[in-house]
Order: sequence, then structure tokens, then C-alpha cells
Amino acid sequence: MPMDQRPDPEELLKRVQDEEARSSRARFKVFFGAAPGVGKTYAMLAEAQRRRREGVDVLVGVVETHKRTETASLLDGLELLPRKSLPHRGVPLEEFDLEGALARRPGLILVDELAHQNAPGCQHLKRWQDVMDLLDAGIDVYTTVNVQHLESLKDVIAQITGIVVQERIPDTVLERCDEMELVDISVDELLQRLSEGKVYVPEQARYAIQRFFRRGNLLALRELALRRTAEIVDADMRRYRDSQGIQDTWAAGQRILVAITPGESSEVLIREARRMADSLGAPWMAVYVDGGSELSDAERERLESHLRLVERLGGEGIALPGHATLAEDLLALARGRNVTQIIIGRSSKPRWMERLQGSLLSEVSRQAGRVHVHVVPTESRESRYQLPLLLPSSWPGLSTLILCGLYVLAATLLGLATFRRIELADIVMIFTIPILVAAIRYGRNAALATSTLAVLALDFFFVPPRFTFTVGDVRHIGTFAILLGMGLVIGNLTERVRQQAIRAQSREQRTLALYRLGESLVQAGDQADTITSAVRAVESQFRTKVIFFLPNAGGTLEAMDDRSHPLADETSRGVAQWTFDHAQAAGQGTGVLPAAKGLFLPLKGAKGLLGVMGLQNEEGPLWQEPDQRHLLESFANQTALALERAALSAEAHATGIKAEREELRNALLSSVSHDLRTPLAGITGSATALLEDPGCLSLAERDALLGAIQDEAYRMHRLVTNLLDLTRLESGTLKLNREWLPAEEVVGSALSHLGRPGEGRDVRVEVDRPDTFLQGDGLLLEQLLINLVENALKFSPEDQPVEVRVFGTGKGASLMVSDHGPGIPPGMEERIFEKLFRGADAPSGRGAGLGLAICRGIAIAHGGQIQVSNRAQGGASFLVSLPYHGEPPRGLSEDLS
Amino acid sequence: MSAEDPQILVVDDEPQLQRFLGAALKSHGYRVLFAGSGGECERLAISHQPSAILLDLGLPDKDGLQVVTALRAWSDIPIIVISARGKEDDKVEALEAGANDYLTKPFGTRELIARIRVALRQRTVPQGASPILEVGDIRMDLESHLVTRAGERVHLTPNEFKLLMTLLRHPGKVLTHNQLLKEVWGVGSAQQVHSLRVCMNQLRQKLEADSARPRYLQTELGVGYRLSE
Repeated sequence: MPMDQRPDPEELLKRVQDEEARSSRARFKVFFGAAPGVGKTYAMLAEAQRRRREGVDVLVGVVETHKRTETASLLDGLELLPRKSLPHRGVPLEEFDLEGALARRPGLILVDELAHQNAPGCQHLKRWQDVMDLLDAGIDVYTTVNVQHLESLKDVIAQITGIVVQERIPDTVLERCDEMELVDISVDELLQRLSEGKVYVPEQARYAIQRFFRRGNLLALRELALRRTAEIVDADMRRYRDSQGIQDTWAAGQRILVAITPGESSEVLIREARRMADSLGAPWMAVYVDGGSELSDAERERLESHLRLVERLGGEGIALPGHATLAEDLLALARGRNVTQIIIGRSSKPRWMERLQGSLLSEVSRQAGRVHVHVVPTESRESRYQLPLLLPSSWPGLSTLILCGLYVLAATLLGLATFRRIELADIVMIFTIPILVAAIRYGRNAALATSTLAVLALDFFFVPPRFTFTVGDVRHIGTFAILLGMGLVIGNLTERVRQQAIRAQSREQRTLALYRLGESLVQAGDQADTITSAVRAVESQFRTKVIFFLPNAGGTLEAMDDRSHPLADETSRGVAQWTFDHAQAAGQGTGVLPAAKGLFLPLKGAKGLLGVMGLQNEEGPLWQEPDQRHLLESFANQTALALERAALSAEAHATGIKAEREELRNALLSSVSHDLRTPLAGITGSATALLEDPGCLSLAERDALLGAIQDEAYRMHRLVTNLLDLTRLESGTLKLNREWLPAEEVVGSALSHLGRPGEGRDVRVEVDRPDTFLQGDGLLLEQLLINLVENALKFSPEDQPVEVRVFGTGKGASLMVSDHGPGIPPGMEERIFEKLFRGADAPSGRGAGLGLAICRGIAIAHGGQIQVSNRAQGGASFLVSLPYHGEPPRGLSEDLS
Repeated sequence: MSAEDPQILVVDDEPQLQRFLGAALKSHGYRVLFAGSGGECERLAISHQPSAILLDLGLPDKDGLQVVTALRAWSDIPIIVISARGKEDDKVEALEAGANDYLTKPFGTRELIARIRVALRQRTVPQGASPILEVGDIRMDLESHLVTRAGERVHLTPNEFKLLMTLLRHPGKVLTHNQLLKEVWGVGSAQQVHSLRVCMNQLRQKLEADSARPRYLQTELGVGYRLSE
């Protein structure tokens, strides 16, 4: 092991400089806590009081007591530095007075809240920069800081608490401290203090603080604070060891790589790597190179658990497909990642085998160059680093064997044909041909079988004594051995090429699968399409069942599937929700909730999480192979991007629809307001005329005015009813109450509700059979009839009848309303059903152009249609066809009891 | 107006409707009492024992249905509920909870007074009181099971007979589908409403001159049927 026991001269120099700097430098002490309210300020002040009593010149630079009396009482006897007042947008802000402190030059200064952000106008943006100035000036500083303010923990904190902390300090600031005191109280105690109001909570941040002070958050923060303290203490310890010449460390910028296998012993390697990484403060990674050998299920599982262990221990787990030799692959990665140390397990193979095959260790160390190689003894006997003597190969099928036999037979026949003319050695050469062909075409095992057959045939037919398997000359045994060996060697070589080709092919397939998914996703229009495409692509590629969970408006995930998917249950939804909330894969094959029924991958889009993809496989977790997992994640990413795209386009579409609807609504409003004002004017006018009448109006005139009020009120009623129906029809919330209704009942009810327009008018009704039924919502059909009949009455001369006919057509029923009016102008047959359309010859001011639009809406809601045509004898005829769903009730009611 | 005149309790929170109902009822010789809420209605019903109650289902404090149920717990004062179009289910519920009749907004004076009269008469003919039931030219003899229209005998099936009998016992009152089904078939389930419709349709064919514009057997769409006098 090439290890350097002595520190190099540069190291030594640095250490000496450090030491000097430290002794002359001011001391920096940090009171470190997990959360606000743990008592950092209190601890700092208590310590300051102690120092003051020791005779140290203590100055309070800035301390926030937040009006806590127990804390404030500790300020007694301490000198306070007046704060600097800065005008900021007319409001004076008080800040720590750095200049004042530097001028005063105390022995020790207290500066609370290291992470504080200074008000504009201060020398530094951040308070920690002030503190650095103080330290550089040789003044000892006591300060306080909470773990959430550490820059390196920003993401972790955001993950835990959901809050992105704005006031952050670089970790190097903390690393500069000479002493760190963790002010720690239990979470329960802290919550207790919070409930007693002993924790300062700024009014404007009350909500955020409440979210922050959750038990789970506090536990996690406390753990972080404890860990961070331990690390810093550990660094102190290392510094001490350095100074005492206990050589155990290397130059900075170390990086460790450990090569692992699916074997049990790799766990030892991983832990060793972790220990080494910890002592060096170095990042580390564990690498598995897939040399192409087939892994058993148990091995695959172990490999997965190794990689999980690596991640738990803070390392990076990497699975690489092999390209060249194992040693080359490992070293290529090591060079690419600036690895300085490689850890390899000691092979437990017999020495001769290593000699024969070469060992990974010797290869790596030969080519390692400047990289240090460490060998760790492992106990169990296993190693998959080397290409095995026999590559696993599938056994040839019977047909292949027969073909091989035929090749040998052909060689035998050729040999027999030429036997007398050529030497036995030449015949041996003939027999190499089938072996070669079998090796190239069918792989190693077929080559072995062929060579065995060849040897037998050679022995039987050609080697004297002929036609027996007895061998006369011992030299022939050597020939046989060579033939067999040839089969093995050539077979192995071709097998290797074959397997490489297969791997390349499967890579090719994956690329193709991704490409296809991409293509189908591009074609998918909306969210549902996207999901369908993704489900199809993933299910065909991975032979697994896929389900998507997408968040609803409230952020809760919902399964996008009702196909009774095995993951459609509530537990799985819960796991999916966790995945969504933490943006982290969960379930089988991961470190989180591995007992779940499937694997859950977050769908990460460009702008955030889109949902979760759940996978479940009845045959077992296929996706645990690292490259499969990688491909799955690529699928998930592509799907996420497509979903994002679909959401954006849906949004754009909705905006378009909204604008269109808005426009229509405006048109409707202006039209309706006119139509409402007209009758209102009539009512108001008539009513005032009656009220203010000094007695000049005749009885007939009074009746006319009263009649006008009634008519106009009725018009308004109709208009409002129509408007309400239209809203119901258009909002899509209309629920049809579909019933079988005798046509006569509907018609009768409609006619009895005609009101004033129908008074004194002749409406003729003709129902083809008394038992003709309509199927639909009674009130809506009545409304449809009322609208049609009123329309007909409006356009017909007063003395002409309006005809209502109902007839069954077997598969439905039709309503026909005919008038004797002017008919429909040609080309207007469709337009009259449009909203707000008014016939040019419509009696002025009558109707808002809603009636027929509603008729059409009702007909369509019933799956029917409405048409208009002009009658031969003049007038228009509206035909509504309503289809039946199912059979109309028939027979005598006596049967139904 | 004397203390003998029937007193109507109008329960509505709309001043305009109160004014209209008050004027219409007074001009037809009724005394009128107003309540603006369900709670007030229940108090006044106890203290004044009105002859009938006009109850708007859209009250500010209570669901109209609750008021009907509460009143029916101790009293059989006729109740007419007032409701908007499109709230047929509310009307059915109120009727089945014990309300006597309903009015759909907007309605005219004529309709209002007609309903009040029917309710006040409360002429529910008790079973077995008289063997003869009559409306217009329709006459039913319960003993001989004979039905005649303008003196001419009409043949009815047993269910048609029971249906007509039920309607004749509650002249002028609206009966919901469920109520009729229970009376005639002994059960009330939504699936059988169409049997009722078929039966009613046949009855109309047999008794009405113009079955599309019935004189007696009126349809109340979405609610039930009413025998008009």
C-alpha cells in the first residue's frame, strides 16, 4: 500500500501558519441551536457575565432579548453599545454599530443573530461580515446562530420544513470558530416554551413560524444541529491530531472510490470506505461494474441493498455498464471523478487461478498511476470481477444440436470420401470446420457439443483401429484434446462477442423505446392522452402495470385510473403522496417505504413536480436492475415534461374558451338588460299612472293599464326562466331526470302554463295514440313545448290556429309545432336556433332570442334534435325528435303491482 | 271583517310578497297574520291557531321542510307551501311531510284563492262515510263499484278504480306520486311511477272529453296529480 506516513513539507508549513494565526487571532465562539427559542442568547449572556467577572472587557454589541425578562436581567452590569440608527424609507432602522465597536475595541463583544441581514446603508450586507471584521481586528466575538441558517443545509432545511431560509451564512464562517457550544433542549421542552409564549414570534411571521415549529421539523432540525456540531468537533480533533503528528490524513481534495460486487463481503468494503471517507472528510462513491454476467435474483437484491447502504452512509452509489476490462472501467471512472483512493476487496481465489486470469488488483495497481489503491481483506469466497473461465451461455436447443450433428456428419462424409487420398492430420483439419461454424453461429456450448461429436466421429471412423472407439496410438489422445480445447476457446471468444452484441442490442432497444415514448408523447394532445401513451409505453417496455397519480386543486394526489389497478388503493396513494411531497422515489427497491406494493417515481417537470408514477409487477421487481431503474427514470422525466406541456396547452385553451365565453356573456347581458328594461318601463309607467291618477281614468283605461302590468310581468318571468334554463344547459351541470311520460300529460301541462299569450288563442293538439310516451325530463320538455308554442303564437295571426302534433316513431317520439306565420326565410334554418338571434320580421321588442336556443339545448340534452321547415300552405313547422333509451312502458297497470 | 273570518298566517320574508298576499287575501275576506321567519311562524301558529298557513320554502332561518314537520307534530292546520319553479323535489318533500298544497312563484290571485279555499275546506272524505263520490259529471258508487260519466257507465280496472277513488277522496288537493302509489299499489317506489302514469293515462282516456286538456285529472309535472273540481 503506497502510503505516506509523514506529512509533506507544504502541509507542515500550512499547519505552522495556521497555528500562528490561531494563537494571535481573536477567539470566536458560536452558540449554536436547532431552532429559535432554545436559549442561545441566554447562554451567551450567562457566559459573558462569567467572563466579565473574570475581568474581561465585555461589550454588548447587539443582543435581542425580545423582552424576555430572564434574558434581559442578564444584561445587568454589561456595557451596551448604542445602536446605529439608519433612515430607511422614512422609518428609522436600528442596526449594530460596527464602526462604534471597532473604535471602542473591547476585549470581547457579543453579537447576537449571526445570520442577520443588515439594513441598506450598513457597511456590509450581512452581519457575519461585521463579525469577520471584528475578529480580524483582534476582538473576541460571541455570537448565536441556528442550524437552519447554514448555507450547505439550505436544501435539506427546505425539504424538512418547506421553508426556504433567506438569511444564510456560509459554512466557512462556522468552520472558523474556535469553540462551538450547542445549546440544546429537548423538542418537548421547546414546544412547551413556545406555548408559554417564551419564544419570540414576530407578528408578521406568525404563520410561517407555526409551520416551522412542528414536532417533526424540530426533531429533524435538532438532529441536524447535533450532527453539525459533531462534525465540527471532529474537525477540531483532527486538527489536534495533525498538530501532534499523528499521521492519519492526506492532502485535501480527497475522493474515495470503492469497487463493489453483489457479494456479501462488499458490505465490509462499503463500511471501510465510509470510515476512511469520514476520517479524511472526503466524499466517496461505491461502484459496481456490470461485466455482463447474468446476476441471480439473490445477487441482484444484494447489489440493490449495497447501493442503498451506500446512500444511507452518505456515499454515492454508481452502477456502470462495463465497456472494456473491469480494471479499465474502474480507473476511467476514477480519473473522471478525480478519485484519489481506490478500495478493492482481496480476492480469495486460489493463486493459480489468479495467475491464469490475472487479478483485478494487479491490473488496477499496475495502471493506477497516482491513485492510491487499498486492499481490504474480505472473508467470503466470491468474486465476479474477473471474466469467468466459462462465460455463462445458454444451452443449445435440440434443433441446434441436430444441426451441429449434421455438420459433423458432413465433415465425416467428406473425410470418408477422401480418406484414402489424404493424411489423418488433414482429416482432423476438416473436423475443425463444423466446430468453427457451430461456435460462430450458436455460441460456446454448441461449439463444445460439436467438438465432442467431432472427436467421437474422428475416433470411430478414422483413428485406427477404425470403427471402434478404442484408440491405438496415445498421440491421438492429444489430437482429441486439441479439438476439444479448440471448441472451448473459440466458443468462449465468440460467446463474448455475442454477449456484447446482445448488450449493445438491449441498449439500442432502450434508446429506441425512449425515442418512441418521446414521439408518442409529442403526439399526445391533452393530459389524458399523455397518460395513456405513457402507460402504454412503460407497460410494453417493462412488463409492469403503471398508474399515474396527479395532484388535484388542493395538492392531494389522485389516482388517474379506474382499471382496478393493484396500486389504486389508499395505502399506495399514501406512498405516492409521500413521493410527491418529498420529490423522492419511494416503495420497492428504494430506501423509503420498501414494503410498499410497488415503486413510486416522482414526475419532475421543469417547473416542479407534476405527479407520481406508480409501477407494480406481479412477476417480481424487474426494475431493480440499475440500468432498468435508470431507464424508468428517463421515462418518468419524459412523461413529466409531456404532462407539463399538456397542462400549459390546456391552460392556453381554457383561457381561449374563457375569453369566448366572456364575449358571449357580454352580448347576452347587453341583450338581456334591454329586454328586462323594456317590460320594467312598461310596469313602472302603468303603475305610476294608476297610483297618481286623480280620478280621470275610465274603468276601461284602468283595466288596460293593469293588463299591461300583468303582461309585462309575465314577459319578464318568461325571460328570467329562459335565462335560468340557458345557464343550466350551458354550465353542463344540468342533470336530466329522465322519465317515461305520457305525451298527453306533457302537452297538457305545457298548454295549461301558457299564460296570457295563450288566452283566447286556438291551439290544436293531436296525439297519434293515447299511449304515446315521451322520454325525458318533464319540466324541460314542458319548457321546450311552451317556448315553441309561444313562438308559434307570436308569429301567427291572432285568428289562425297553432297546431301541436305528437307521434311515436317506434324508436322515439316526435313533437311538431306548426304555425301560420310568414315562415322561415331561406338560409336561416340553422341560424334561428342561435342564441340572441332575432328574426328580422319578429314583432319588435319581443323576446331576447333565447327561446329557440333553449329548445335546441333541451333537444340536444335529450340526445335528440330540432329542425324547422316551411309548410306548403304557409307558416313554419318545428320538429323535435326525441329518441328512446330502452322500451317505453306498455301493458296494463294491473300487471304491475 | 269579523273574528269569524278565517285567519291566514303568511310566512314570507319578502315585504313585496307579504304586501301582495296581504292585499289579495284581505280583499277576499280573510284575516291575515304575518311571520318573517320559521321560528316566528311556529310561535304565531301556537298563539293564534290560524285557519291555514301560507309558507314560503325559502326562509332565512329554517328549511321550510323543517317548519312543516314541526307544525305537523302537533297540528293539522292546512299548510300551503310557496316555492320557485325547478324546485319540484322540495315541493314533493314538503307535501309528503304533510303540507296540503303548493303554489309555484309567480302565481296570480285567482290561483291563490282557489288553493286557499280547497285547503280550508279540507274535505278529505273519510273512508266509508258515504258510498257515493262525485266530481262534475263523474260519479262513483263505492258499494256497487259503479262509475258513471254523465250517466253513462264506465268500465274501470281495479287499479283505475282505486286510483280514481283516492283522487275523489281528496278533491282539489295535489297528491304526490308516492302518496298515490301507496294508496293504490300499497308501495311507493320510484320504479313504479311509470305504472301510475300508464294507469292515469288510461283513466283520462276513459273519463276526459279531451285527454290532452283534461278537465278533472290534472298533471302537476314532477310532483303528482290533482283532481280538479
